[in-house]
Amino acid sequence: MKFVISLHINPAVMDALTDEEKAAIGAGHTRFIQELKESGELLATQALVDPSQAVVVSVRDGQPVVTDGPFLEAKEFLGGFYLIDCEDKERAIELAARIPDTRIAGLGVEVRQVMFYEGQLEA
Amino acid sequence: MTAPAIEDLLRDLTPRVLGALVRRYGRFEGCEDAVQEAVLAASVQWPAEGVPDHPRGWLTTVASRRLVDQLRSDHARRERESSLAAEVAPADVPDTDDTLVLLFLCCHPTLTAASQTALTLRAVGGLTTAEIARAFLVPEATMAARISRAKQRIRAAGSSFALPEGAEREERLRVVLHVLYLIFNEGYTASSGGELVRADLAREAIRLTRTVHAQLPEDGEVTGLLALMLLTHARREARTTRAGDLVPLAEQDRERWDRALIDEGLDLVKAALAGPDLGPYQLQAAIAATHADAATAEETDWAQVHALYLILERIAPNPMVTLNRAIALAETEGPQAGLDLLSGLDGDGRMAGHHRLLSVRAHLLERTGDTAGAYEHYRRAAKATASLAEQRYLESRANEVAARPAPPVP
Repeated sequence: MKFVISLHINPAVMDALTDEEKAAIGAGHTRFIQELKESGELLATQALVDPSQAVVVSVRDGQPVVTDGPFLEAKEFLGGFYLIDCEDKERAIELAARIPDTRIAGLGVEVRQVMFYEGQLEA
Repeated sequence: MTAPAIEDLLRDLTPRVLGALVRRYGRFEGCEDAVQEAVLAASVQWPAEGVPDHPRGWLTTVASRRLVDQLRSDHARRERESSLAAEVAPADVPDTDDTLVLLFLCCHPTLTAASQTALTLRAVGGLTTAEIARAFLVPEATMAARISRAKQRIRAAGSSFALPEGAEREERLRVVLHVLYLIFNEGYTASSGGELVRADLAREAIRLTRTVHAQLPEDGEVTGLLALMLLTHARREARTTRAGDLVPLAEQDRERWDRALIDEGLDLVKAALAGPDLGPYQLQAAIAATHADAATAEETDWAQVHALYLILERIAPNPMVTLNRAIALAETEGPQAGLDLLSGLDGDGRMAGHHRLLSVRAHLLERTGDTAGAYEHYRRAAKATASLAEQRYLESRANEVAARPAPPVP
């Protein structure tokens, strides 16, 4: 079963972390990626640039309109995701719990099953 | 020989070559890698240069060389090297069929189901890592890691290359059958990209189950599983529209069922039910046979289907079986009887919010005339399913119910 584990980041929470705490999060993700690769459960992972760099695209009267993002007016934004393939939902939750963000209040780690999958499979 | 014929030949020879190598050298892990490399080499060379006169000997020789190369690099500084190299006198290994032993090894209970299926398809099915990766829609590197981890676990468990005895053998055979069942289902329920490749998994599962059946013809559950697969596979063409939409059993065009598969399946069911013990696969096959026996949906012997589910529920209690029994009960006793049986499942944590429970309840509510309730449950079921085809079907049912005028109040 395929799942997306999405990482929801709150910049205010991130800014309040010490350098050591930030480094620990980075190391935790590196370790997590390594574990997933070895167990054969990682399909892909991506991290996204700061939401201040996002633009919103819409088409009105046949003309594209581009405005500054982000689209959602929220305190949290999508920082990145893991796309995994594992046994079942319980395993996906067990894996998500290893992500360092889960230990920090104000950062969200969300698990959702994939419904449709298409595209280049080689990372 | 055509490319598909070569592929069939390779898949057939893989477990025999692998079995011979493991018998000679031990080291399942290394032998499995070596055979995979030999199969890859053959799949490139044979279509271009022709199939060798002794294909099995060719594969054994190439795989043995690969294995020795690997051992050499492993023990580069040891003197053992020369004696190992001298040991290689391939092609003369006896042709015993070790498919069963290999299946027991690949379906080792310490492995996850995902690892068991992947390793079985490679070591016994003769599929390449790339083919397995495509069938399960994962990158090749991911599948390779999964297979290699599985083999490490088997080595750590210290498993021997022999058929287990007595009760353990019985228990392990159940795991093997479950893995074959999972491979079949993976192909049968294909609902997203790469459907053709996945349908191939159903055929592969049938081929492997046929092999097990040929070796254990007296085992009722093996016969039952093979029958269940054939009877289910027979409906494949009728199960979806050309656009890929699901067609429920009652609405399928039975002319499109594969008659030859059904006849073979029905014969197997008879044989399976003649034995002394009755297991879950035999009963499921008997249920599939009851459906196959009906020329039209209306002629289905629902009383028999219900009786079979009742036995299945007793020997292998499972909320999904109860759910299916409720469908049969609704056909014999009316939709309200089915709904009453379903209410017993609400307290089951495995079923709460499950899309199958929601959709069956929606269907039964629709039949009692409760269109509002049916609409709500179809919508909730559509939200709960992870299958696009099923979601489309459930949404169309919800829309149909909503468009219908409310029944007159009695």
